[in-house]
This record gives sequence, structure tokens and C-alpha cells, in this order.
Amino acid sequence: MTTLSTNTQTSTEHQMEGHGGHPDFRLFGLATFLVADGMTFAGFFAAYLTFRAVNPLPAGSSYELELLLPTINTLLLLVSSLTFHRAGSALKAGNNPLCRRWLVLTAALGFTFLAGQMKEYFSLPFGLTDNLFASTFYAITGFHGLHVTLGGLMILIVWWQSRPGGRVSQHNLFPLEATELYWHFVDGIWVVLYGILYLL
Amino acid sequence: MTLSLSPPTTPSAPQPLQPQGWLRYLSFSTDHKVIGLQYLVCGFLFYLVGGALAGAIRTELLTPISDFLPRETYNEILTLHGTVMIFLWIVPVVNGAFGNYLIPFYVGARDMAFPRLNAVAFWLIPPAGLLLISSYFIGSAAQSGWTAYPPLSLTTPATGQVLWILSVLLLGGSSIFGGINFIATILKLRRPGLKLMQLPMYCWAMLGTSILVVLSTPVLAGTLVLLSFDIIAHTGFFNPALGGNAVVYQHLFWFYSHPAVYIMVLPAFGLVSEILPIHARKPLFGYTTMVYSIMGIVFLGLIVWAHHMFTSGTPPWMRLFFTIATAFIAVPTGIKFFNWLATLWGGKLALNSAMLFSCAFIVNFVFGGITGVALAQVPFDIHVHDTYFVVAHFHYIVYGGTVFVIFASVYHWYPKFTGRMLNEPLGRIHFLLTFVGFNLCFAPQHWLGLNGMPRRVAEYDPQFQLINQLSSVGALLMAISTLPFLINVLHSAFKGTIAGDNPWNALTPEWLTSSPPPVENWIGEAPLVTEPYGYGLKPGELDLAATSGRQLWSSGKPDNR
Repeated sequence: MTTLSTNTQTSTEHQMEGHGGHPDFRLFGLATFLVADGMTFAGFFAAYLTFRAVNPLPAGSSYELELLLPTINTLLLLVSSLTFHRAGSALKAGNNPLCRRWLVLTAALGFTFLAGQMKEYFSLPFGLTDNLFASTFYAITGFHGLHVTLGGLMILIVWWQSRPGGRVSQHNLFPLEATELYWHFVDGIWVVLYGILYLL
Repeated sequence: MTLSLSPPTTPSAPQPLQPQGWLRYLSFSTDHKVIGLQYLVCGFLFYLVGGALAGAIRTELLTPISDFLPRETYNEILTLHGTVMIFLWIVPVVNGAFGNYLIPFYVGARDMAFPRLNAVAFWLIPPAGLLLISSYFIGSAAQSGWTAYPPLSLTTPATGQVLWILSVLLLGGSSIFGGINFIATILKLRRPGLKLMQLPMYCWAMLGTSILVVLSTPVLAGTLVLLSFDIIAHTGFFNPALGGNAVVYQHLFWFYSHPAVYIMVLPAFGLVSEILPIHARKPLFGYTTMVYSIMGIVFLGLIVWAHHMFTSGTPPWMRLFFTIATAFIAVPTGIKFFNWLATLWGGKLALNSAMLFSCAFIVNFVFGGITGVALAQVPFDIHVHDTYFVVAHFHYIVYGGTVFVIFASVYHWYPKFTGRMLNEPLGRIHFLLTFVGFNLCFAPQHWLGLNGMPRRVAEYDPQFQLINQLSSVGALLMAISTLPFLINVLHSAFKGTIAGDNPWNALTPEWLTSSPPPVENWIGEAPLVTEPYGYGLKPGELDLAATSGRQLWSSGKPDNR
């Protein structure tokens, strides 16, 4: 058949490797998933902005929020992105103990953020069903908090896996890299969220 | 740091932990061909359920009064019919079934990029479907239609609505996992040396579809979570009585559900683009324009959603924008339509069942497309909004369009799936009954809608009875048409003529292996197919430009015959 040219001169390396041997697309897959995840947030933000533009709040309630605690929280998350980056650099350099210290610090920053979020929830003057802003506020920050919780747990898992003799090392970066990508994504979403919900 | 890499060992004989034989179709198999057929059979079972529900609807509508079904039951049946057909039959089959089966062949791979994720995506579907259908038996199913608009969905019984939301969330998750897998497979897993512009058209269709899935499905998921809060926690996101905004739900819902129409129909475009060249023995006309049209539809499909909401108090600027954007979609769609016609033009047509269903698809789809352009015009849309005109338009797209292509694809690829041919006379009977039944069922509904019969109600003005009865007769024919198909598929699986590797003399890669294919698709290396549509050309004349239609375009004469 003239239309086919079976590629015979290629080394059989590509084919011999079978399923397990093909290049690693897991980060690509995760990035695609994060695009999808980001669209969920985009839908929430669009709903919030439309509500705010069209639906007046009942008398006595307002969009004003206390800014000090959320600003500290924002800084915590931004710093945690940096510390995670340092953890990744340490792992690539083969320094697992240093990497693990940075990971613990990152997780601690994440959980401190969650504690701050809890403190804010309990000090707010409105509950979930009080008005449209309250519902949207809790839904969006809660959904983000869920992401932070998952990310914090993932960091602890990577911390455990990078113990001496664990599966995460210089030669298996994927668990750390995937968690790092996810963590940066969650931080990035928070920055947008902070701008839209608190500053706007 | 010591690096201990085990030396590359030659793989020993595969030791499958998974069941062999027919049992593997009930297992958590990671083989893309098994998963594809799982999607296909599972989807078809749900099609039978959805069809039975449609039968109940058409039986009720034989008479103007609500006699066959109580009104609430009619609403439940209507909701289940829409949800089952869209989320459990068309989307899983036209994406999951054929996508999983064909895409790895087309990119020259031995499986999808993420085989386990693929199996997870499939196995989310049966529980979600059973959850949805079980809601009917444990109290009441959702009654607010497949759109679940609030405040209606907040006032109908909550149990059914919440189960509906859970089910759609599971199916949405399955869809997103599938979309991620297709994007990674098409972009990253191509055989070395295979360029994007050499891929069969179905790959492009699935790439475009998967982009839509990944971008729009999560928005629906988030929206349904908020809707469930409204139902369970009594928040007021979409509840006007609590200060919420029901129109925001509509915007978010249609941001998914308009692209969902393309999620249902773009893969069908791709499948038909595979079938036509093979049975017309001609290259696919205008390959490049097809690719750009698909991507154009993907882009435009994301920015036209509010044309479903012209009667929802949308401001004039919004009506203007969405009318114009919607009208623009006719351009890439028209390009594809004329490309199909040009592919058929002057070909040596084999009018077998696959071809008949494909040609009927073109006819039905053009008709549905024309009513679609009409519906995009605000003055007309306001007149026929929520009438049977919309029902007719929609079914011409999803049934006349996609379901016809699904049947065409089954006739076309059944020899590859099973190694046996389907019975051709039975196929033609199936086609004739389906085509006549479909048009008899849905064409009169245009008239009903234009004369003001509202949709989604169990009772109607007695003046519409005759036309409704005609429509119901058409539905009966469609139900009967399933029988020759079922007999054919079941009988041919055991007694059909042996097909051989390549019964259609096709050039696309899935035909260049045995039927059914071996576990890893090819014994030895995957073929490098750079001319998937090089039909009817003299040896030595083959190049990509010819199959892409560029030469035909520039010289104005068909220089390849």
C-alpha cells in the first residue's frame, strides 16, 4: 500500500517500552485539570460580580469586610508559595532534609491560613443564609478553603514520602512538583479572590 | 547520591490480572477498546430507557387531556428523558465510546494517556445513571426539566432534585476526566513523526470538544452545587424570594449547556468526516478549513449562551451581541456542510447503511441548523420560545444529527469491534424506519410550535390533537426501528460474515490491524499514517496538500482524479 510508510528505521526503543515507558504527561494532565478547576472559580466570581451589580442587599447589611486578618492571610499564602519553591529547589539539589524543612514550613503556613480563616468566620457579623453576599462569601471562601485543606494534606503526604528511603527524591520529583503546581494555583486563586471579595 | 536504574528489561509475556473474554467488559479494564465498548453498550442501554420514557411522553400526548400519566409523573418522565438522553446516552457514546476506541489508533498509540483515569471516568457513569433513575422509585424524580431552572427546581420535591444534581455532578466529573484524557492523548501521545495536520478529522473534533468540556463543565458543576445549597441549606443564590437572582443561574447553566450542544455534535461531525471519504472513495475535501471550522465553532460556542435567554429579561445590547455571535456560527458550520458535499461530489458512493445514515445526518442537520439560525433572531425567538418549535429544532440537531451519526458509526466500525459484518438488508430497514419515523415525529412539531403549543406540558389545546397523533405515530416507528438494529447487532456478533482486517479498504490506522485488534492495538510497530484520506489518488501523487484540499481550492479544478 503506497499510502503507508511503516517507520522501520526508528529504534524500537519507543515501542518496546510499552505502557509504562512513555513520557510523563501527569503534570500536563494536572495542569489541564487546574484549568477546569479555575473555571469553577471563574463561574463563582462571575455570579458574585453579577449579584453585586444587580441585586441590592437588604437594609443594614453591606459588602464591607474587616481587612487586617485577610491581608495577613494573603501574605501567609504568598510566602508559602516561596517556601514551597525553596523545597522544590532543595529536592532537585538532592538535599532531602532541607526540602522537608521547607515543606513543614509551607504546610504550617497553609494551616495557619486556615486557622485565620476560621477566626474570621467566627467574628463576622453575618451567617450563611443572612443575605446574598453572606451566602456567596461563605461559598467562595469555603470552596477555596477546601482547596487549601487538600493542598495542606498533600504537602504532608509529600513530606512523609520524602523521608530517607521514601519514594520522593531527586529521581522522583513528580509528587512534589504536582503538589507545588496545585499549591501555586490555590495561592493564585486566593489573590484573585482577595481582590474581588475584599478589596473591590 | 547513587542512581540505581534497573536496566531496560525486555517485557515478559503479559500476565493480565484482569479478566479475559467477555468478563473484561464488566471489569475495571484499562484497555481503551474495552472502555470504548463499555461506554457504547452502557450508553445504548440508557438509550433504551430514555426511549421508553419518550414513548410514555408521546403516548400521553395522543390526547389533549392528561389521561395516561398524572401531571407530576409526566414532569418526572420528561425530566428523566432529557437527562438520560443527554448525559447518559449522547455525551458518553459520541465522546466516550468512539473517542476511546478510535483516538489511540488515530494518534498511533497503544492506549490513552491516562488509562486508569479513563476507567474511572467510565465507571462513574453506571452508578450515576442508576442514582438518577432510582430517584423515580424512591419517592419522586426531579420535575424541573433537564435545565432545572430555579425557582421551579426549588419548589418541586427536594429529594428528586438533589439526587438529580448528584447524578449530574458525577457525570460531569466523568466528562471532565475524559476531556483531560483526550487532550493529553491527542496533543502529547502522538506517534513520533505524526503531525497535527495529518491527524484524522475525528481527532480534531475530539480536541475541540474536550476543550469545551474542560472549560465549561466545571461551571455547571459549581452552579449545581450552589443550587443544592439553595435546596438543602436554604441559601438564596437563585431564589428571588430570598433576594437571589434566578437569571444568574440561567447564565451559568447555559454557559455549560450551550457548549454542551457542541459537545454532542462536534464529535458527530468528526465521525461523519471519517465515514464519508471511505465510502465515497475520495479524500476528505477541505481538511484545513475543516480544522479551522472546528476551532471556530469551539470559540464561538463559548460566547453565544444567552441566545437561550432572550425572554429572560436580557437587555437589548445583550440580545444584539448574542444574536450576531450566534449567526456567525453558521459560517464554520456551513463550511463543514459544503466540505461534506464536496467530498461526496463525484465519488464512487457505496450506499450502505453507514453511508445512508451519514447522508441522512447531513439532511437532518441542515434542517435543524436552519431553524437554529431562525431561533437566533430575537423577534422570531420571542414568538416561539418554549414552544414545540424549540423541541423540534433541538431533536433535529441531537437526534437527526448526532444519533444518526452514532448509528452510522456502529454500522461502519462494527466490523472492527467484533470482526464480523452487520447484516446489510436489516441495516437498510433500520435506516428507513428511523428516517421516516424521525421526520414524521419531529417535522410536524415545527408547525405545532409556530401555532403556539407550549412544550413541557401534559395537556394541550384540542386543535393540536391530529398533529400530535402524527408525531406519536412517528415516535412509534422510531421505537420499532430499534428492533431490526438490536436483532442485527446481536445476531451478527455470532453469525455475521467474517469481516477481515479492512472490509472497507480504508486508510485510517484502526483498519491497519486485525479485527478485533490485539490488546495493544498492533503486533509490532504502529503504522505511520500521514495520508489518512488518500483515496483515489495515483501512487506518487500523495501529499498532504492534496488531501487537505488546498490544490482543489487554488486551481479550481479537481486535479486528483
